[in-house]
Amino acid sequence: MHLKQLLTASIIALTVASPALAENVLRWTSQGDALTLDPHSQNESPTIAMNGQIYETLVTRDADLILRPELAESWEAGPDGWTFKLRQGVKFHDGADFTAEDVIFSFGRAMHEASDYKEQIKSITSIEAIDDYTVKMVTDGVNPILPNQLTSLFIMDKGWADANNVSVPMNYAANEETFAVRNANGTGPFTLVSRAPDELTVLARNANWWGEGMFPGNIDRIEYRPIANAATRVAALLSGEVDFVLDPPLQDLKRIEATEGLSVKTVAQIRSIFFGMDQGIDKLRTSNVDGNPFKDVRVREAMNLAIDRDAIKRVVMEGLAFPTSMITSPGVLGNTPENDAPVKTDPERAKALLAEAGYPDGFTVRLDCPNDRYNNDEKICQAAVSMYARIGVTVNLDAIPKSQHFPKIQKRETDFYMLGWGVPTLDSHYVFSYLLDSEGSWNAAGYNNARVNEITDAIAVETDGDKRASMIDEAWTQVKADMPYVPIHHQVLAWGLASTVDIPIAADDAFRPRFAVMK
Amino acid sequence: MISFIAKRLAQSLLVMAIVSAVSFSLFNFVGDPVNNMVGQDATREQRLEIRDKLGLDDPIITQYSRFVGNMLKAEFGLSYRIKRPVDDLIAERLPATLELVFVSAVISLFFGIILGIYTGIKRNSWISRVILSTSLAGVSLPTFVIGIGLIYLFAVHLRWLPSSGRSGVVALGWWKTSLITLEGWRSIILPAITLSLFQLTLILRLVRAEMMEVMRTDFIKFARARGLSERAINFRHALRNTLVPVITIIGLNIGGLVAFSVVTETVFQWPGTGLMFIQAVNFVDVPIMAAYLVFVALLFVIINLIVDILYFVVDPRIRLGG
Amino acid sequence: MDKIDDKPLTRWQRFKDNDIVWSFLSSPGAMIAAVVASVMILACIFAPVIAPFDPFDPAQISLWDGKLPPSWVEGGQSKYLLGTDNQGRDMFSTILYGGRLSILVGLAAVCLGMVLGVTLGVIAGYVGGVTDAVIMRLADVQLTIPGILLAILINGVGRAALPYELRDEFAIYVVILAIGLTDWPQFARVARGATLVETNKEYVQAARIIGLPSLLIMSRHIMPNTLRPILVIATIGLALAIISEATLSFLGQGIPPTTPSLGTLIRVGNDYLFSGLWWITLFPAVALIVLVFSVNLLGDWLRDALNPKLR
Repeated sequence: MHLKQLLTASIIALTVASPALAENVLRWTSQGDALTLDPHSQNESPTIAMNGQIYETLVTRDADLILRPELAESWEAGPDGWTFKLRQGVKFHDGADFTAEDVIFSFGRAMHEASDYKEQIKSITSIEAIDDYTVKMVTDGVNPILPNQLTSLFIMDKGWADANNVSVPMNYAANEETFAVRNANGTGPFTLVSRAPDELTVLARNANWWGEGMFPGNIDRIEYRPIANAATRVAALLSGEVDFVLDPPLQDLKRIEATEGLSVKTVAQIRSIFFGMDQGIDKLRTSNVDGNPFKDVRVREAMNLAIDRDAIKRVVMEGLAFPTSMITSPGVLGNTPENDAPVKTDPERAKALLAEAGYPDGFTVRLDCPNDRYNNDEKICQAAVSMYARIGVTVNLDAIPKSQHFPKIQKRETDFYMLGWGVPTLDSHYVFSYLLDSEGSWNAAGYNNARVNEITDAIAVETDGDKRASMIDEAWTQVKADMPYVPIHHQVLAWGLASTVDIPIAADDAFRPRFAVMK
Repeated sequence: MISFIAKRLAQSLLVMAIVSAVSFSLFNFVGDPVNNMVGQDATREQRLEIRDKLGLDDPIITQYSRFVGNMLKAEFGLSYRIKRPVDDLIAERLPATLELVFVSAVISLFFGIILGIYTGIKRNSWISRVILSTSLAGVSLPTFVIGIGLIYLFAVHLRWLPSSGRSGVVALGWWKTSLITLEGWRSIILPAITLSLFQLTLILRLVRAEMMEVMRTDFIKFARARGLSERAINFRHALRNTLVPVITIIGLNIGGLVAFSVVTETVFQWPGTGLMFIQAVNFVDVPIMAAYLVFVALLFVIINLIVDILYFVVDPRIRLGG
Repeated sequence: MDKIDDKPLTRWQRFKDNDIVWSFLSSPGAMIAAVVASVMILACIFAPVIAPFDPFDPAQISLWDGKLPPSWVEGGQSKYLLGTDNQGRDMFSTILYGGRLSILVGLAAVCLGMVLGVTLGVIAGYVGGVTDAVIMRLADVQLTIPGILLAILINGVGRAALPYELRDEFAIYVVILAIGLTDWPQFARVARGATLVETNKEYVQAARIIGLPSLLIMSRHIMPNTLRPILVIATIGLALAIISEATLSFLGQGIPPTTPSLGTLIRVGNDYLFSGLWWITLFPAVALIVLVFSVNLLGDWLRDALNPKLR
């Protein structure tokens, strides 16, 4: 496998080497720029995407989402933790050597209270260097999925960070910009040339990269320009100003496809879109009825039955969605065809259930919805409003930017909300621990089932694969019966590309420039 | 003269005082500033430390005077969203906006005045009528509709010009200009035309009305009676007397262009202060909103001051009025 | 005008001889504009009667009918004259309702600006002195900052200051307030000017001498005389207010997306610019342009007709 990869890479490198006199410049765009270049201060997709070109992690995933070595060459689990063998001869962009000291420093930095990654690695209790190229991470109990949790944990150079006074991610009280916000020194395939946030970021190929020649990518220079407006973004692709749009709106895909010199790539994404209903509080905040209708499982079922997922798929999503009734996509451990099969739409039965539950005239509730996060998020919510009107439930829609929407969920200030959940670890534990465990930090539905809580804890330490899988399945079946959420569909990703570039599309929506080839 | 300027200066200071009070109150109106600065899970101690550091528990007057003090030093704190000093952000984005406004101002003044004079003199020719009806259509088309239309036609359909953004930027010291490269001019054309159209029609109509007023005055009639050529009358006498209103127009024009640059920059993703402002409003990024408000007010105050002084120089009658 | 006649004129004749009406009847552009504007405004205001569907009633919307082309295009259905939007709402009905909201917002904003401006202007002109100075300085200050910017700001602050639950409910009022508050200085200036002229006239002096209360003099005698120029400003102001609403909504700062107004419809249309669903983009934009254009034409003609100097 390794050899084959190397071989293809060198063949491609050879064939490309001859006409490579002109620079290969990849110009691309997406909706939102990275918030900062500091690799530990924001756990947010565009920020990770930008930093992932400059910085690297110990463990990474390829376009098929299989775990691959990056700065670590191998790793193995022991009784009390994990040991990572580091890649040797790696240099940071400023020439400093990469050693175990940098790993320990970076993990310490990521565990700092101002870091946005401390949740992900909280199972690590201590970390030590065995030698310059071996690191041992001691965990609190066995953590079978620790490597899965490290794929966005970037490694910084300790010397650079100390010299530039950025040893911690962010100092709120200092009230000034830290050096790492606009400067970066990683080990990755591209170095930062210039950055004007929200305007233009230029990266250049790192000739001293350890992976030089091992990957097919032949990009010399990357120019990234965020374009917030969807139509403008597509216009830039149609008029040939950019070669790659990460997030073209679904309704424009036909046009892109039909334009000469452009193409569309799609892939099923590991992200499920759903509505959450707060069943944990005694009285809904935004309803005209006393008490909380969502506490009644019949009402929750009615809310599920009212949604016509096929109509949403065909009309709102242009066919690019997989209707579902679980918050875990195929490809993630725990997804089964039985639990994944969508609920059949039945407004009549929904009405009957509402009447049975004591709401023959329905009730009102506000739906909080982001308008700049998921594919057609606001439009899905609008469609849901009219579907709920059919069963007598009056839904008032409030669609706002994600920056204001997500805090409402985290602070549990919403009765009824849209959320999408991706599973970077490809394991259901990620879903249970955040969304379904009664203590889960994103469980704004207030779902609390003793058995599900128990299983969530158990699968965190269970190492027997079969036993673990059957527990996960049991929990999902329980969740399907309780219906704490209204799952809608799994997203499909679509990228717009000029036919002169080939970039492998991956279900995690990450842009992997080391695989990007320009013809 | 001095008393006149002093009076205007005092008035400008008053404006700035009001605006600074408004932007100061923004910070307190729009949620708890500490909440906006720290993450979800900042500890109580962190919050208290920041409150203390920012002096949020001081009396409101102390806070306000500190705000004004910082304002005079052009310090508005860190953007909530991108954690960078707001004055840096504005300074970085100012050249883009000013260049866009400059090019648009030239376009709208040049065509506005020429067409205005023409339609003012040849009131009843059919060309004038066509120009006038077209100009009315120009006033009726919202800026963003024009922008979208131009992008569709010239960028996507004909592929002549870029659809968005500002390319061909070259740094001249700290000023990043796009006006010395072909690429830069190609990218500024569409936004500049979009931005200038509305102002162009306004100028055209003002100049026309002014020309018509002047042409009715006695001294033009007198000049006619003296047998001066039409050309001489039009350009030597009539035009000179429209100068005062034209100065006002330039002032208003630049003000209007700065205001509508918010819309144009949004449509064309032009990386100027207007786009930054709209993004800040969307994210309730108060430091940027406040700073932009103060900055725009200052710009307007300066423009108005210059216009007033020019008035004074051009039209001695004002001296009597004070 | 040929009527130094013995016979008393009928009302109609007198009406026809009125200079404004005469100018109107002799200006075809104005007549067409008036007809178009009034048809559109009436159609929009009576949208609940005329429109075949009610876009505010989510129960009437079927997603399966979404994205249908206009009825004369292949694939269109006759019940949806101008096609349907991405949510399955009838475009024709949605535009009528959207236009209705835009017009109501525009009218309300202009009325707000007018009432505020005329009141302050008349007071300034009648009372004079410090009051005059303060009001007019205030107007000057505000005139230096362009309306749209101020509206974005007032709107942004208004939305942020409202408690969360009320934001959408009050969004329309915030927009009206934002546009109305930016409008008043124009009205104030004109009203003050007209007041200064009227105040020196004999009948007002007489009214003052016989001791009529100032309030009565201002409201009964002076205000009616400021009406003509105010009418011109109000008409043009209406066109501007409709554009302002559209601009605010287009920027995502105005009316909430679920409520159709011409601005939100164009915003949605912009999303579909490249989708091939041209009717979603085109019709709302055309409706807005025709509406504003005809109102502007009307205002333009009014200004010329009321300003005899220019005729």
